[in-house]
Amino acid sequence: MRYFSPTKYLAVLGLLFSAPMASAQTVPEPAPSDEPELVEFDTAKIRRVAVPVLVAPSPADTTAGNSVNLGRQIADVISSDLRASGLFEPIGPSGLRAISLAEVTAPQYEYWKGRGAEQLIEGFVRVGGDGNLTIGCYLYDVTFGSEVTRLGFVVAPGEWRRAAHKCADAFYSKVTGERPFFDSRIAYIAETGPKGNRMKRLAIMDSDGANHKFITSGTASALTPRYSPNYRSILYLSYSDGNPRIYVYDVASGRQQLITASKNPTFAPRWSPDGQSILYSMAVAGNTDVYKIAVTGGAPVRLTNTPGIDVGGSFSPDGRQIVFESDRGGNQQIYIMNADGSNQRRISFGGGRFATPEWSPRGDLIAFTRIAGDFRVGTMRPDGSGERLLTNSWQDEAPTWAPNGRVIQFFRTEKNSGKTGIWQVDLTGANERKLPTPVDGSDPAWGPVLP
Amino acid sequence: MIIRPNSKTHAIGLLLAATALVTACGPKKLKDLPPPAQGSDYGDNSQNGGAGQVLPGSQEDFVRTVSADRIFFDTDRFNIDPEDQATLQSQAQWLGQYPNVRITVEGHADERGTRDYNLALGERRANAAKNFLSSLGINPARIQTVSYGKERPQAMGSNEQSWAQNRRAVTITIQ
Repeated sequence: MRYFSPTKYLAVLGLLFSAPMASAQTVPEPAPSDEPELVEFDTAKIRRVAVPVLVAPSPADTTAGNSVNLGRQIADVISSDLRASGLFEPIGPSGLRAISLAEVTAPQYEYWKGRGAEQLIEGFVRVGGDGNLTIGCYLYDVTFGSEVTRLGFVVAPGEWRRAAHKCADAFYSKVTGERPFFDSRIAYIAETGPKGNRMKRLAIMDSDGANHKFITSGTASALTPRYSPNYRSILYLSYSDGNPRIYVYDVASGRQQLITASKNPTFAPRWSPDGQSILYSMAVAGNTDVYKIAVTGGAPVRLTNTPGIDVGGSFSPDGRQIVFESDRGGNQQIYIMNADGSNQRRISFGGGRFATPEWSPRGDLIAFTRIAGDFRVGTMRPDGSGERLLTNSWQDEAPTWAPNGRVIQFFRTEKNSGKTGIWQVDLTGANERKLPTPVDGSDPAWGPVLP
Repeated sequence: MIIRPNSKTHAIGLLLAATALVTACGPKKLKDLPPPAQGSDYGDNSQNGGAGQVLPGSQEDFVRTVSADRIFFDTDRFNIDPEDQATLQSQAQWLGQYPNVRITVEGHADERGTRDYNLALGERRANAAKNFLSSLGINPARIQTVSYGKERPQAMGSNEQSWAQNRRAVTITIQ
C-alpha cells in the first residue's frame, strides 16, 4: 500500500475545489507512554460520527468490482470498525444521502449537525490507469466546523479493505489519542466437529474477521498459533508427527519446519518483540520448562529449571523481561523473570489460579486467565497490582492484545457442547462482542498494525 | 479364521464369540485365558479376524487381560495412588508376557485447565505412569509417551463425573 497526500494528488490531477485546500497532513502516532498507567477510555462519551458513502467521481470497473460499490463497501468497513471499538456510534453509510465530490473538501457542517453527527468522515475512490485504486479519506469535526486530518492511499483493488482500516485507524487515533489497531491480522485455530473429535485447523483473518483463510487441512491437530511481528511466518503447535511439536510456517512459501531438532514435545510458542528469538516450553521426562532459541536456530537456552510446570511466557515490549506461568508454588501463578532467566519472582497473589499471561504491547499491563471455578480474562500491572477482571462467563481463556494495547481478544468455550468462539473486549470490560468466524474459533493471536 | 487358544472346536469358539459380544460393554474381564504357547501360529495377524476372537499380545488381548488400560488423577495431580499401582501392576504383568510389544502412554487432562498447562500436565501424567511401569521392570525403551492435554476428552459432559474420567493416562499397545 502506498500513501500520498490527497492535496498534492488532487492538485496533480488538476481537480479544482471551491474551498481552499488545507495543507497536507500526516497522521502522527501518539507517543507511547513510558509510565505504567491504567488509561481509561471515556466510554461515557460515545461520539456520533457520520460516514456517508465515498464518492466515485468516474465510476469504473476493477478486479474488486465497480468503484461505486467499493465506495459503499469502504464506508461500511470504516463504520463497522468504529462501531466495534465501542467508542463511536457511526451514522451510515446506510440511510445517509450521497455526497458530491466537491463536498469531500467542503463539508456541509450545518447539514451534518442536523443529522446529529459530531464528526464526519468523507472520501472518494478513483480508478487509475494502472487499475489501482486511489482512495482519499477526510476527517472533520462537525461541532467545531474544522478539518481534523486527511490522508490518501493507492492500493491494488483487492486491498481496498486495508485502505478502509487505515482511514478508520487515523480517525480513531486522532479522536482518542490512542495508537491505531484496525489494520492488523489475527491467527487462530478454526474448530469443527464433535467435542470428542474436534478438527483443529490453523487459520488467519483480518482483525474484523474478513479475508479469512484456512492454512492447514486438519489431518493433524493444530494449536496455539503466533504471528511473527512482520507477519511473514506463524509459529504453531502441530501433532503432524504424532507428538505435540512447534513448527514455524512460512506464509509466502507454505513451507514449515520444526524449531528444534529435539525429540521432546515442545509447545506454547511465542515470538520476541524483534522477531529474532522464539520462546517455547519443552517437556523432558515429564518436566516442563521454558526455553529460548534464536529464530535462525542454534543452541536453545533453558530459562527455568524448577520441578514444577513452567510454561508459556510473553516478552515485555522492550524484550528485557518475560512473564510466564508456573505451578512451582503449588498451583498455577504468574511469574516474571529477566530475559536471561534471572530474577524469577511471583507477581500474582489474588484468589485462584492465574494462567496464560500476555504482556501488553504498551508495556503497562499483563493480561491473564484467572481460574477460580470459572475462567475469566483480566489484567494486572507488571508488579501484580491493579488486578481487574474483564469478562464473566463459564470459560474465557487465552487473552491476546490488540496492537495498541487497548482491546483484548480471547476465546470462550461453552459448557457441555465444547463449542468455541473468539471474543473481544476492551480494557474497561465493556464492548464485549463475538468475532464473526466461518466455524468455531479458539487460540487467537493478534499481530501488529500493518505498515 | 483365528482359533482361540482355549477353544476346542470351532463351534465353541463361535459360542464364546457370542458371549464376548454380549459382555463386551460390561466391566467384566476375561482373566482365564492361559498364556499363549510361544511360537504358536494363530493364523493371520489381523486385529479383526472375528468378534470375540482375541489374538494374544494384541491390543484387544491387553484390554481384556489387564485390570484397566487407564489410571485416573485428581485435579492438577499426577501421583500414582494405590489403585493406580494395582492397575499398572496388571499392565506390567501382561507386558512381561509379551516382551516384544511396545506401548504408548497417553496423558490427558480435563477441560478445566488452560491449553498449554494441560499439555504439560498430560506429559506429567503419562510420564508418571511410564516411570511406575519402569519401576516394575518394564524397559522404558518400550514405553513412548504423548500428551493430548484437554484435546481428547473421553467423557463429554462439563461436570465433575466427566472431568474425573478425562484426567487419565491410557496405555495403548503399539501393533
